[in-house]
Amino acid sequence: MGMTMTQKILAAAAGLDSVVPGQLIEAKLDLVLGNDITTPVAINEMERFDNKSVYDRDKIALVMDHFIPNKDIKSAENCKCVREFAAKHDITNYFDVGEMGIEHALVPEKGLAVAGDVIIGADSHTCTYGALGAFSTGVGSTDMAAGMSTGQSWFKVPSAIKFNLVGKPSKWVSGKDVILHIIGKIGVDGALYKSMEFAGEGVKYLSMDDRFTIANMAIEAGGKNGIFPVDDQTIAYMKEHSAREYKIFEADADAEYDEEYTIDLSALESTVAFPHLPENTKTVKEITEPVAVDQAVIGSCTNGRISDLRIAAEILKGRKVKKNLRCIVIPATQAVYLQALEEGLLKIFIEAGAVVSTPTCGPCLGGYMGVLAEGERCISTTNRNFVGRMGHVKSEVYLASPAVAAASAVLGRIASPEDL
Amino acid sequence: MKAKGRVFKFGDNVDTDVIIPARYLNSTDPKELASHCMEDIDTGFIKQVKKGDIMVANKNFGCGSSREHAPLAIKAAGIDCVIAETFARIFYRNAINIGLAIIECPEAAKEIAADDEVEVDFDTGIITDVTTGKCWQGQPFPEFMQNIIRQGGLVPYINSKNKE
Repeated sequence: MGMTMTQKILAAAAGLDSVVPGQLIEAKLDLVLGNDITTPVAINEMERFDNKSVYDRDKIALVMDHFIPNKDIKSAENCKCVREFAAKHDITNYFDVGEMGIEHALVPEKGLAVAGDVIIGADSHTCTYGALGAFSTGVGSTDMAAGMSTGQSWFKVPSAIKFNLVGKPSKWVSGKDVILHIIGKIGVDGALYKSMEFAGEGVKYLSMDDRFTIANMAIEAGGKNGIFPVDDQTIAYMKEHSAREYKIFEADADAEYDEEYTIDLSALESTVAFPHLPENTKTVKEITEPVAVDQAVIGSCTNGRISDLRIAAEILKGRKVKKNLRCIVIPATQAVYLQALEEGLLKIFIEAGAVVSTPTCGPCLGGYMGVLAEGERCISTTNRNFVGRMGHVKSEVYLASPAVAAASAVLGRIASPEDL
Repeated sequence: MKAKGRVFKFGDNVDTDVIIPARYLNSTDPKELASHCMEDIDTGFIKQVKKGDIMVANKNFGCGSSREHAPLAIKAAGIDCVIAETFARIFYRNAINIGLAIIECPEAAKEIAADDEVEVDFDTGIITDVTTGKCWQGQPFPEFMQNIIRQGGLVPYINSKNKE
């Protein structure tokens, strides 16, 4: 029986010729990732190991991104704990304020993830690196500790759903609309325990940033991972960002999939997920009653990359954010921030009446900054709209692309750029 | 090993943000986390839950973030076992790794009502609703995961493997 792309990567990492869905394997890890929330719990677990050393100081990445620059004493203590751990074990890839970025934007940018890698991260959006043709998946802190200690992790080999992408998306349709459309179609547990494998001629019309956004939200359909085939764009990205050797895996022609979907990118429109699940999707055109919003957030590991900011700036240029609406723009990494500065994007945001923050996950998880009051609504380029996700339990989050968030910030209601 | 207690019932897609909201993730103390467990969807839960109680939910329990704080909070709140139709995969791993008993059984998850007295036998996978007298066969763990649970979690499992 043929294998999917994911199955082939896992088989190679486990030193096996082939694997089948459901098989339990132990695979070698190329990278173990943690952040300022999950790493302190992993460090506590590390203390319980007989062998307290790390397997490879070069293959661990610790990124302080959720509550930084620290919002309170407890989060400062957490970062201090990770900082001391990183120093003690001489961790090569420790990223603190000034060097950090939101982990899933930073890791590819720093060249720490390449095609063929097996990566675990104590953050659910670790699935992002599937955009590069790597197997990457989110785990908890104990798995992270075990990965740091042994360089291995156990996996149940997943079956897969194939998404055959065809056609070219129109001007304002981006990766966010593609993944929201898919989640709306299959539901928040539509890919539970499975790989989401993207394929087809439509892939070439998606930029690397689009692919990062799509793979990033595989977890919002319950997926174990999301993965893209490696093409010229992927190779160009990896050559620009990494000196590491990559390995290209391709799904077998006779690979078996639990389900197959064809997604016509040319037919997609600006899509929004209504509260309180990412599957509650509507196109902007399907919204009949105006949905007024109090805040717009443009950023996160899903949509804080340079192309996201360019789209938002294109819309906000020469326009003003609606009076009394708060528009928060968060470049995902220091490099994105600097690039946005050099391209004049920050000036456009500030002149439009938006605020620009240093990189942080901040408002996405209601951690700090941009937290919502009772009854408030936010249009957000982030990835979750659960009850209380961005603040008060009676606040609401609507998920959308940077184009929709920017247009909504101008009009004060959920809108697409075509409505301007 | 058995668990027996009163049932707290929840619906579909209970996410880790409602199990333990991110505003409390600046703490790693299980007791402190437990004091806010489920508060965004059920303010009464933490006041009423007693040691040994059981949580029952429908599909995709524990979806969302990878925060191990979620199973830690449930365990520290006193819950001995979570029964669900299905679990989100990261939550499933985390629960095994920290020693929170979980069991998948769609029929039991649908039929058991709030406040019922329920018994779970982990050796056989049999779930009994003592209140109604109904019985179900839950999905037992694969051997590999049973080993992790028997050793008391992933860390002692790896410690003992390294000694071999």
